[in-house]
Amino acid sequence: MEMSDPAVTPAPFPAAGNITDAEREELRRHGILLTSLEELYNWGRSNSIWPLQFGLACCAIEMIAAATARFDIARFGAEIFRPSPRQADLMIVSGTVTKKMAPQVVRLWNQMPEPKYCIAMGACAISGGPFKQGYNVLKGIDRFIPVDIYIPGCPPRPEALLHGLIQLQAQIKGEKLTGPDAARHTRPEEPSEFPVPEYGAHDLEPPHNPDVWSPPAALDKP
Amino acid sequence: MSGRHPLLWTSRSQHPPLHFTFTHSTPTLLETAEQIRDRLVTRFPAAQIVLVPNPGPAAEHSLLLDATHAPDIARFLRDDPVLRLDYCSNVTGVDWPDKDITGITKTSVPDPAGGPPKIVEQKTVRRQPGCLEAVYHLYSMALKHGPVILRLCTANRIDAVTLPSLTPVWRACDFQEREIFDLYGIVFEHHPDLRRLLMWDEFKDHPMRKDYVEPDDYEWEPTAHGAVLERAKAHLTPATTAIKEGPKP
Repeated sequence: MEMSDPAVTPAPFPAAGNITDAEREELRRHGILLTSLEELYNWGRSNSIWPLQFGLACCAIEMIAAATARFDIARFGAEIFRPSPRQADLMIVSGTVTKKMAPQVVRLWNQMPEPKYCIAMGACAISGGPFKQGYNVLKGIDRFIPVDIYIPGCPPRPEALLHGLIQLQAQIKGEKLTGPDAARHTRPEEPSEFPVPEYGAHDLEPPHNPDVWSPPAALDKP
Repeated sequence: MSGRHPLLWTSRSQHPPLHFTFTHSTPTLLETAEQIRDRLVTRFPAAQIVLVPNPGPAAEHSLLLDATHAPDIARFLRDDPVLRLDYCSNVTGVDWPDKDITGITKTSVPDPAGGPPKIVEQKTVRRQPGCLEAVYHLYSMALKHGPVILRLCTANRIDAVTLPSLTPVWRACDFQEREIFDLYGIVFEHHPDLRRLLMWDEFKDHPMRKDYVEPDDYEWEPTAHGAVLERAKAHLTPATTAIKEGPKP
Protein backbone atom coordinates (compact mmCIF):
# COMPACT_ATOMS: atom_id res chain seq x y z
CA MET A 1 0.00 0.00 0.00
CA GLU A 2 1.34 3.35 -0.93
CA MET A 3 1.84 5.72 1.94
CA SER A 4 1.10 9.39 2.07
CA ASP A 5 2.83 11.90 -0.14
CA PRO A 6 6.18 12.69 1.55
CA ALA A 7 6.06 16.22 0.16
CA VAL A 8 3.03 17.00 2.28
CA THR A 9 3.71 14.98 5.42
CA PRO A 10 7.03 13.52 6.47
CA ALA A 11 7.06 9.75 6.21
CA PRO A 12 7.06 8.25 9.71
CA PHE A 13 9.12 5.25 8.65
CA PRO A 14 11.78 5.77 6.00
CA ALA A 15 11.07 3.12 3.40
CA ALA A 16 7.44 2.45 4.24
CA GLY A 17 6.02 4.49 1.40
CA ASN A 18 8.42 3.41 -1.31
CA ILE A 19 8.38 -0.31 -0.93
CA THR A 20 6.73 -2.24 -3.73
CA ASP A 21 4.09 -4.91 -3.25
CA ALA A 22 6.51 -7.55 -4.51
CA GLU A 23 9.12 -6.56 -1.98
CA ARG A 24 6.58 -6.58 0.76
CA GLU A 25 5.39 -10.02 -0.27
CA GLU A 26 9.01 -11.16 -0.13
CA LEU A 27 9.31 -9.82 3.42
CA ARG A 28 6.08 -11.56 4.37
CA ARG A 29 7.45 -14.88 3.22
CA HIS A 30 10.20 -14.34 5.76
CA GLY A 31 7.71 -13.68 8.51
CA ILE A 32 7.92 -9.90 8.48
CA LEU A 33 4.58 -8.12 8.17
CA LEU A 34 4.98 -4.63 6.87
CA THR A 35 1.97 -2.40 6.74
CA SER A 36 0.97 1.20 7.16
CA LEU A 37 -1.46 2.83 9.52
CA GLU A 38 -3.60 3.81 6.55
CA GLU A 39 -3.84 0.26 5.33
CA LEU A 40 -4.56 -1.11 8.77
CA TYR A 41 -7.20 1.54 9.39
CA ASN A 42 -8.95 0.96 6.08
CA TRP A 43 -8.73 -2.82 6.49
CA GLY A 44 -10.49 -2.55 9.83
CA ARG A 45 -13.10 -0.09 8.59
CA SER A 46 -13.94 -1.99 5.44
CA ASN A 47 -14.54 -5.19 7.36
CA SER A 48 -16.87 -3.72 9.94
CA ILE A 49 -19.32 -1.57 8.01
CA TRP A 50 -22.32 -1.27 10.28
CA PRO A 51 -25.46 -0.40 8.34
CA LEU A 52 -28.30 1.69 9.68
CA GLN A 53 -31.29 -0.52 10.34
CA PHE A 54 -34.21 0.82 8.40
CA GLY A 55 -36.14 -0.21 5.33
CA LEU A 56 -38.42 1.75 3.07
CA ALA A 57 -40.07 -0.83 0.80
CA CYS A 58 -39.71 -4.29 -0.70
CA CYS A 59 -35.93 -3.84 -1.18
CA ALA A 60 -35.71 -3.99 2.61
CA ILE A 61 -37.00 -7.57 2.43
CA GLU A 62 -34.05 -8.47 0.22
CA MET A 63 -31.77 -6.63 2.63
CA ILE A 64 -33.19 -8.73 5.46
CA ALA A 65 -32.64 -11.84 3.36
CA ALA A 66 -29.01 -10.78 2.87
CA ALA A 67 -28.64 -10.83 6.64
CA THR A 68 -30.01 -14.36 7.01
CA ALA A 69 -27.93 -17.52 7.07
CA ARG A 70 -28.49 -18.28 3.42
CA PHE A 71 -26.65 -15.18 2.19
CA ASP A 72 -24.99 -14.17 5.46
CA ILE A 73 -23.84 -10.57 5.21
CA ALA A 74 -21.84 -11.35 8.38
CA ARG A 75 -19.17 -12.84 6.13
CA PHE A 76 -18.30 -9.26 5.24
CA GLY A 77 -18.57 -7.86 8.75
CA ALA A 78 -21.68 -5.85 7.97
CA GLU A 79 -24.21 -7.86 9.96
CA ILE A 80 -24.56 -5.43 12.86
CA PHE A 81 -27.55 -3.37 11.75
CA ARG A 82 -27.63 -0.45 14.15
CA PRO A 83 -30.89 1.04 15.37
CA SER A 84 -29.22 4.42 15.89
CA PRO A 85 -27.65 6.62 13.21
CA ARG A 86 -24.94 7.60 15.72
CA GLN A 87 -23.55 4.07 15.57
CA ALA A 88 -23.92 3.44 11.86
CA ASP A 89 -21.35 3.71 9.06
CA LEU A 90 -23.57 2.87 6.13
CA MET A 91 -27.01 3.99 5.06
CA ILE A 92 -28.69 1.47 2.77
CA VAL A 93 -31.60 3.35 1.20
CA SER A 94 -33.63 0.26 0.49
CA GLY A 95 -36.80 1.18 -1.29
CA THR A 96 -39.04 3.96 -2.53
CA VAL A 97 -38.29 7.33 -0.98
CA THR A 98 -41.53 9.24 -0.87
CA LYS A 99 -41.37 12.99 -0.67
CA LYS A 100 -42.90 12.76 2.76
CA MET A 101 -40.10 10.45 3.91
CA ALA A 102 -37.19 12.24 2.21
CA PRO A 103 -36.59 14.85 4.97
CA GLN A 104 -36.38 12.07 7.54
CA VAL A 105 -33.85 10.16 5.42
CA VAL A 106 -31.69 13.28 5.04
CA ARG A 107 -31.97 14.00 8.75
CA LEU A 108 -30.82 10.45 9.59
CA TRP A 109 -27.91 10.88 7.18
CA ASN A 110 -26.94 14.12 8.94
CA GLN A 111 -27.01 12.35 12.28
CA MET A 112 -24.56 9.67 11.14
CA PRO A 113 -20.94 10.38 12.10
CA GLU A 114 -18.14 10.46 9.54
CA PRO A 115 -16.86 8.42 7.84
CA LYS A 116 -20.22 7.43 6.40
CA TYR A 117 -21.33 5.85 3.16
CA CYS A 118 -24.59 5.56 1.27
CA ILE A 119 -25.89 2.73 -0.89
CA ALA A 120 -28.91 3.43 -3.08
CA MET A 121 -30.51 0.01 -3.31
CA GLY A 122 -32.99 -0.67 -6.08
CA ALA A 123 -34.58 1.27 -8.90
CA CYS A 124 -36.71 3.43 -6.59
CA ALA A 125 -33.84 4.70 -4.46
CA ILE A 126 -31.83 5.39 -7.62
CA SER A 127 -34.43 7.16 -9.75
CA GLY A 128 -37.92 6.67 -8.39
CA GLY A 129 -38.19 3.41 -10.31
CA PRO A 130 -41.67 2.34 -11.41
CA PHE A 131 -43.17 5.13 -9.31
CA LYS A 132 -41.13 7.96 -10.79
CA GLN A 133 -44.16 9.51 -12.48
CA GLY A 134 -45.91 9.74 -9.14
CA TYR A 135 -46.34 13.19 -7.67
CA ASN A 136 -45.30 11.90 -4.26
CA VAL A 137 -42.11 9.96 -5.05
CA LEU A 138 -38.60 11.39 -4.92
CA LYS A 139 -36.73 10.65 -8.14
CA GLY A 140 -33.66 9.28 -6.45
CA ILE A 141 -32.14 9.86 -3.05
CA ASP A 142 -29.03 11.28 -4.74
CA ARG A 143 -30.98 14.51 -5.19
CA PHE A 144 -30.37 15.24 -1.51
CA ILE A 145 -27.42 13.18 -0.23
CA PRO A 146 -24.28 11.86 -1.95
CA VAL A 147 -24.53 8.20 -2.95
CA ASP A 148 -21.45 5.96 -3.11
CA ILE A 149 -22.85 2.77 -4.59
CA TYR A 150 -25.90 2.30 -6.82
CA ILE A 151 -27.39 -1.20 -6.92
CA PRO A 152 -29.89 -1.58 -9.76
CA GLY A 153 -32.71 -4.09 -9.56
CA CYS A 154 -36.36 -4.22 -8.66
CA PRO A 155 -35.61 -5.39 -6.07
CA PRO A 156 -31.93 -6.40 -6.31
CA ARG A 157 -31.17 -9.93 -5.20
CA PRO A 158 -29.28 -10.33 -1.91
CA GLU A 159 -26.24 -11.31 -3.98
CA ALA A 160 -26.44 -7.91 -5.67
CA LEU A 161 -26.49 -6.18 -2.30
CA LEU A 162 -23.46 -8.22 -1.25
CA HIS A 163 -21.73 -7.28 -4.49
CA GLY A 164 -22.48 -3.63 -3.78
CA LEU A 165 -21.08 -4.06 -0.29
CA ILE A 166 -17.89 -5.62 -1.70
CA GLN A 167 -17.60 -2.67 -4.08
CA LEU A 168 -17.92 -0.33 -1.12
CA GLN A 169 -15.23 -2.29 0.72
CA ALA A 170 -12.93 -1.88 -2.28
CA GLN A 171 -13.65 1.85 -2.27
CA ILE A 172 -12.84 2.13 1.44
CA LYS A 173 -9.64 0.09 1.08
CA GLY A 174 -8.43 2.47 -1.62
CA GLU A 175 -9.06 5.63 0.36
CA LYS A 176 -6.18 7.92 1.24
CA LEU A 177 -6.04 9.55 4.62
CA THR A 178 -3.73 12.40 3.72
CA GLY A 179 -2.60 14.22 0.65
CA PRO A 180 -4.44 16.01 -2.12
CA ASP A 181 -6.62 13.00 -3.02
CA ALA A 182 -7.49 12.18 0.56
CA ALA A 183 -10.86 10.64 1.35
CA ARG A 184 -13.88 12.90 1.61
CA HIS A 185 -14.33 12.49 5.35
CA THR A 186 -10.76 13.65 6.07
CA ARG A 187 -11.27 17.00 4.39
CA PRO A 188 -12.86 19.57 6.66
CA GLU A 189 -14.20 21.64 3.76
CA GLU A 190 -16.39 18.77 2.54
CA PRO A 191 -19.87 18.92 4.05
CA SER A 192 -20.93 16.21 6.42
CA GLU A 193 -24.48 17.48 6.83
CA PHE A 194 -26.89 18.43 4.10
CA PRO A 195 -29.89 20.76 4.14
CA VAL A 196 -33.06 18.95 5.10
CA PRO A 197 -35.79 19.78 2.57
CA GLU A 198 -38.89 21.48 3.86
CA TYR A 199 -42.45 20.43 3.16
CA GLY A 200 -43.74 22.93 0.63
CA ALA A 201 -47.21 23.75 -0.59
CA HIS A 202 -46.77 21.75 -3.80
CA ASP A 203 -43.44 19.91 -3.54
CA LEU A 204 -40.38 19.64 -1.34
CA GLU A 205 -38.54 22.92 -0.90
CA PRO A 206 -36.08 22.78 -2.56
CA PRO A 207 -37.06 19.85 -4.83
CA HIS A 208 -33.38 18.86 -4.98
CA ASN A 209 -30.12 20.04 -3.47
CA PRO A 210 -28.21 21.81 -6.28
CA ASP A 211 -24.91 21.31 -4.42
CA VAL A 212 -25.36 17.56 -4.52
CA TRP A 213 -27.29 16.94 -7.71
CA SER A 214 -28.07 18.75 -10.90
CA PRO A 215 -29.39 17.34 -14.16
CA PRO A 216 -26.46 16.02 -16.18
CA ALA A 217 -25.48 18.62 -18.73
CA ALA A 218 -24.37 16.08 -21.33
CA LEU A 219 -27.95 15.41 -22.32
CA ASP A 220 -28.60 19.04 -23.07
CA LYS A 221 -25.74 19.43 -25.54
CA PRO A 222 -26.49 18.95 -29.21
CA MET B 1 -74.44 -27.70 1.78
CA SER B 2 -74.04 -31.01 0.01
CA GLY B 3 -70.95 -31.89 2.00
CA ARG B 4 -68.45 -31.45 -0.79
CA HIS B 5 -66.21 -28.48 -1.30
CA PRO B 6 -67.35 -26.25 -4.18
CA LEU B 7 -63.94 -26.54 -5.84
CA LEU B 8 -64.31 -30.33 -6.03
CA TRP B 9 -67.39 -30.39 -8.24
CA THR B 10 -66.26 -31.85 -11.47
CA SER B 11 -69.22 -32.30 -13.74
CA ARG B 12 -72.38 -30.38 -14.39
CA SER B 13 -74.53 -33.09 -12.81
CA GLN B 14 -72.84 -32.55 -9.50
CA HIS B 15 -73.61 -28.85 -9.42
CA PRO B 16 -75.51 -27.79 -6.36
CA PRO B 17 -79.21 -26.96 -6.52
CA LEU B 18 -80.03 -23.45 -7.56
CA HIS B 19 -81.06 -22.28 -4.09
CA PHE B 20 -77.62 -23.15 -2.81
CA THR B 21 -75.57 -20.19 -1.65
CA PHE B 22 -71.84 -20.40 -1.22
CA THR B 23 -71.09 -20.02 2.43
CA HIS B 24 -67.94 -18.02 1.77
CA SER B 25 -69.54 -15.50 -0.58
CA THR B 26 -71.74 -12.66 0.55
CA PRO B 27 -75.43 -13.41 0.12
CA THR B 28 -77.29 -10.77 -1.78
CA LEU B 29 -79.39 -8.32 0.11
CA LEU B 30 -82.79 -9.32 1.33
CA GLU B 31 -84.11 -6.07 -0.04
CA THR B 32 -83.47 -4.56 -3.43
CA ALA B 33 -82.08 -1.06 -3.69
CA GLU B 34 -85.53 0.15 -4.74
CA GLN B 35 -87.10 -1.32 -1.61
CA ILE B 36 -84.47 0.31 0.58
CA ARG B 37 -85.01 3.60 -1.21
CA ASP B 38 -88.78 3.35 -0.73
CA ARG B 39 -88.43 2.56 2.94
CA LEU B 40 -86.03 5.47 3.42
CA VAL B 41 -88.38 7.86 1.62
CA THR B 42 -91.19 6.78 3.96
CA ARG B 43 -89.00 7.09 7.01
CA PHE B 44 -87.37 10.41 5.97
CA PRO B 45 -89.98 12.28 3.95
CA ALA B 46 -87.91 15.46 3.83
CA ALA B 47 -84.79 13.77 2.49
CA GLN B 48 -83.87 13.66 -1.16
CA ILE B 49 -82.88 10.13 -2.06
CA VAL B 50 -82.06 9.25 -5.65
CA LEU B 51 -81.47 5.73 -6.81
CA VAL B 52 -78.48 5.71 -9.17
CA PRO B 53 -78.76 2.57 -11.27
CA ASN B 54 -75.69 0.62 -12.29
CA PRO B 55 -76.29 -0.75 -15.79
CA GLY B 56 -73.35 -3.18 -15.61
CA PRO B 57 -73.68 -6.89 -14.87
CA ALA B 58 -72.81 -6.30 -11.22
CA ALA B 59 -75.96 -4.16 -10.96
CA GLU B 60 -74.71 -2.58 -7.79
CA HIS B 61 -77.16 0.27 -7.63
CA SER B 62 -76.41 3.09 -5.26
CA LEU B 63 -78.36 5.64 -3.28
CA LEU B 64 -77.50 9.31 -3.69
CA LEU B 65 -78.35 11.03 -0.44
CA ASP B 66 -78.59 14.69 0.37
CA ALA B 67 -75.95 15.86 2.80
CA THR B 68 -78.35 17.18 5.45
CA HIS B 69 -80.07 13.89 6.13
CA ALA B 70 -77.13 11.58 5.43
CA PRO B 71 -76.04 11.03 9.07
CA ASP B 72 -79.59 10.19 10.16
CA ILE B 73 -80.10 7.88 7.22
CA ALA B 74 -76.74 6.23 7.89
CA ARG B 75 -77.64 5.65 11.51
CA PHE B 76 -81.00 4.22 10.44
CA LEU B 77 -79.33 1.83 7.98
CA ARG B 78 -76.94 0.69 10.67
CA ASP B 79 -79.63 0.05 13.29
CA ASP B 80 -82.47 -1.18 11.11
CA PRO B 81 -83.23 -4.82 12.07
CA VAL B 82 -83.75 -5.89 8.45
CA LEU B 83 -80.51 -4.38 7.13
CA ARG B 84 -78.17 -4.02 10.16
CA LEU B 85 -75.39 -2.56 8.00
CA ASP B 86 -72.86 -2.58 10.80
CA TYR B 87 -69.72 -2.55 8.67
CA CYS B 88 -68.44 0.15 6.33
CA SER B 89 -65.87 -1.68 4.24
CA ASN B 90 -64.81 1.08 1.90
CA VAL B 91 -65.08 4.81 1.46
CA THR B 92 -63.73 6.43 -1.64
CA GLY B 93 -63.96 9.68 -3.55
CA VAL B 94 -64.89 10.66 -7.07
CA ASP B 95 -64.11 13.94 -8.76
CA TRP B 96 -66.72 15.00 -11.28
CA PRO B 97 -65.31 18.01 -13.16
CA ASP B 98 -67.49 20.62 -14.81
CA LYS B 99 -68.68 19.24 -18.10
CA ASP B 100 -69.82 21.07 -21.22
CA ILE B 101 -72.66 19.23 -22.87
CA THR B 102 -73.22 20.23 -26.44
CA GLY B 103 -76.74 19.80 -27.67
CA ILE B 104 -78.02 20.37 -31.20
CA THR B 105 -81.49 21.76 -31.64
CA LYS B 106 -83.00 21.58 -35.08
CA THR B 107 -85.54 24.16 -36.12
CA SER B 108 -87.24 24.18 -39.47
CA VAL B 109 -87.50 27.56 -41.11
CA PRO B 110 -90.17 27.84 -43.80
CA ASP B 111 -88.79 28.93 -47.13
CA PRO B 112 -90.38 32.26 -48.18
CA ALA B 113 -90.01 31.27 -51.82
CA GLY B 114 -92.35 28.34 -51.22
CA GLY B 115 -89.81 25.51 -51.33
CA PRO B 116 -89.30 22.86 -48.70
CA PRO B 117 -88.60 24.27 -45.21
CA LYS B 118 -84.95 24.71 -44.34
CA ILE B 119 -83.66 22.94 -41.24
CA VAL B 120 -81.35 25.12 -39.19
CA GLU B 121 -79.13 23.43 -36.64
CA GLN B 122 -78.24 25.38 -33.58
CA LYS B 123 -75.60 24.30 -31.11
CA THR B 124 -76.26 24.87 -27.46
CA VAL B 125 -73.60 24.38 -24.84
CA ARG B 126 -74.83 23.61 -21.38
CA ARG B 127 -72.33 23.54 -18.55
CA GLN B 128 -73.06 20.76 -16.13
CA PRO B 129 -71.51 21.79 -12.84
CA GLY B 130 -69.13 19.32 -11.29
CA CYS B 131 -69.00 18.06 -7.75
CA LEU B 132 -66.95 15.95 -5.42
CA GLU B 133 -68.49 12.69 -4.35
CA ALA B 134 -67.90 10.33 -1.46
CA VAL B 135 -68.97 6.71 -1.93
CA TYR B 136 -69.60 4.37 1.01
CA HIS B 137 -69.83 0.59 0.71
CA LEU B 138 -71.80 -0.93 3.56
CA TYR B 139 -72.10 -4.54 4.59
CA SER B 140 -73.74 -6.39 7.46
CA MET B 141 -71.53 -8.62 9.53
CA ALA B 142 -74.50 -9.77 11.59
CA LEU B 143 -76.73 -10.75 8.66
CA LYS B 144 -73.88 -11.44 6.22
CA HIS B 145 -75.18 -9.44 3.33
CA GLY B 146 -74.23 -6.44 1.30
CA PRO B 147 -73.23 -4.18 -0.19
CA VAL B 148 -75.44 -1.13 0.09
CA ILE B 149 -73.77 1.78 -1.62
CA LEU B 150 -74.28 5.35 -0.53
CA ARG B 151 -73.17 8.42 -2.44
CA LEU B 152 -72.87 11.93 -1.07
CA CYS B 153 -72.22 14.89 -3.34
CA THR B 154 -70.80 18.30 -2.49
CA ALA B 155 -72.45 21.42 -3.89
CA ASN B 156 -69.48 22.23 -6.11
CA ARG B 157 -65.75 21.61 -6.42
CA ILE B 158 -64.45 24.98 -5.28
CA ASP B 159 -65.82 26.47 -2.07
CA ALA B 160 -68.79 24.36 -0.98
CA VAL B 161 -66.93 21.11 -0.46
CA THR B 162 -68.37 20.12 2.89
CA LEU B 163 -70.07 16.81 3.62
CA PRO B 164 -71.17 15.36 6.94
CA SER B 165 -68.75 12.79 8.30
CA LEU B 166 -70.10 9.28 8.79
CA THR B 167 -67.27 8.39 11.17
CA PRO B 168 -69.59 8.89 14.15
CA VAL B 169 -71.78 6.16 12.64
CA TRP B 170 -69.08 3.78 11.39
CA ARG B 171 -65.71 4.09 13.12
CA ALA B 172 -64.06 2.46 10.11
CA CYS B 173 -64.63 5.60 8.05
CA ASP B 174 -61.99 7.51 10.01
CA PHE B 175 -58.87 6.95 7.93
CA GLN B 176 -60.75 6.66 4.65
CA GLU B 177 -62.46 9.99 5.10
CA ARG B 178 -59.10 11.50 6.01
CA GLU B 179 -57.67 10.06 2.79
CA ILE B 180 -60.53 11.59 0.78
CA PHE B 181 -59.95 14.91 2.55
CA ASP B 182 -56.28 14.64 1.62
CA LEU B 183 -56.57 13.57 -2.00
CA TYR B 184 -59.92 15.08 -3.08
CA GLY B 185 -60.37 17.98 -0.67
CA ILE B 186 -63.78 17.08 0.71
CA VAL B 187 -64.15 18.56 4.20
CA PHE B 188 -65.98 16.15 6.49
CA GLU B 189 -67.91 17.96 9.19
CA HIS B 190 -67.85 16.44 12.68
CA HIS B 191 -64.95 14.18 11.79
CA PRO B 192 -63.06 13.55 15.05
CA ASP B 193 -59.58 14.04 13.60
CA LEU B 194 -59.63 15.54 10.13
CA ARG B 195 -55.99 15.83 9.05
CA ARG B 196 -54.19 14.84 5.88
CA LEU B 197 -53.40 11.14 5.86
CA LEU B 198 -50.88 10.57 3.07
CA MET B 199 -49.44 13.95 2.12
CA TRP B 200 -47.83 16.32 4.60
CA ASP B 201 -49.86 18.93 6.46
CA GLU B 202 -48.31 21.87 4.57
CA PHE B 203 -49.38 20.41 1.21
CA LYS B 204 -52.05 22.52 -0.47
CA ASP B 205 -53.16 20.48 -3.48
CA HIS B 206 -55.52 17.56 -3.86
CA PRO B 207 -53.72 15.10 -6.15
CA MET B 208 -56.66 12.91 -7.12
CA ARG B 209 -58.60 15.79 -8.58
CA LYS B 210 -58.77 15.82 -12.35
CA ASP B 211 -57.30 19.32 -12.60
CA TYR B 212 -54.32 18.58 -10.34
CA VAL B 213 -51.01 19.83 -11.75
CA GLU B 214 -48.14 17.72 -10.49
CA PRO B 215 -44.75 19.29 -9.71
CA ASP B 216 -42.48 19.47 -12.73
CA ASP B 217 -39.46 17.34 -11.83
CA TYR B 218 -38.80 15.95 -15.28
CA GLU B 219 -35.46 17.71 -15.73
CA TRP B 220 -33.51 14.46 -16.09
CA GLU B 221 -35.18 11.71 -18.09
CA PRO B 222 -32.57 9.48 -19.68
CA THR B 223 -35.03 7.07 -21.29
CA ALA B 224 -38.03 9.30 -21.77
CA HIS B 225 -40.89 8.20 -23.99
CA GLY B 226 -44.59 8.79 -24.22
CA ALA B 227 -46.06 11.09 -21.62
CA VAL B 228 -42.72 11.42 -19.83
CA LEU B 229 -41.05 12.64 -23.02
CA GLU B 230 -43.74 15.28 -23.43
CA ARG B 231 -43.06 16.53 -19.92
CA ALA B 232 -39.27 16.33 -20.34
CA LYS B 233 -39.32 18.40 -23.55
CA ALA B 234 -39.74 21.58 -21.55
CA HIS B 235 -36.29 21.00 -20.07
CA LEU B 236 -34.48 20.14 -23.31
CA THR B 237 -32.87 22.39 -25.88
CA PRO B 238 -34.31 22.09 -29.40
CA ALA B 239 -31.20 20.22 -30.55
CA THR B 240 -31.61 17.53 -27.92
CA THR B 241 -35.29 17.21 -28.67
CA ALA B 242 -34.40 16.59 -32.31
CA ILE B 243 -31.95 13.85 -31.30
CA LYS B 244 -34.50 12.21 -29.04
CA GLU B 245 -37.27 12.28 -31.61
CA GLY B 246 -35.11 11.11 -34.49
CA PRO B 247 -34.80 12.56 -37.99
CA LYS B 248 -37.83 14.29 -39.40
CA PRO B 249 -39.26 12.53 -42.45
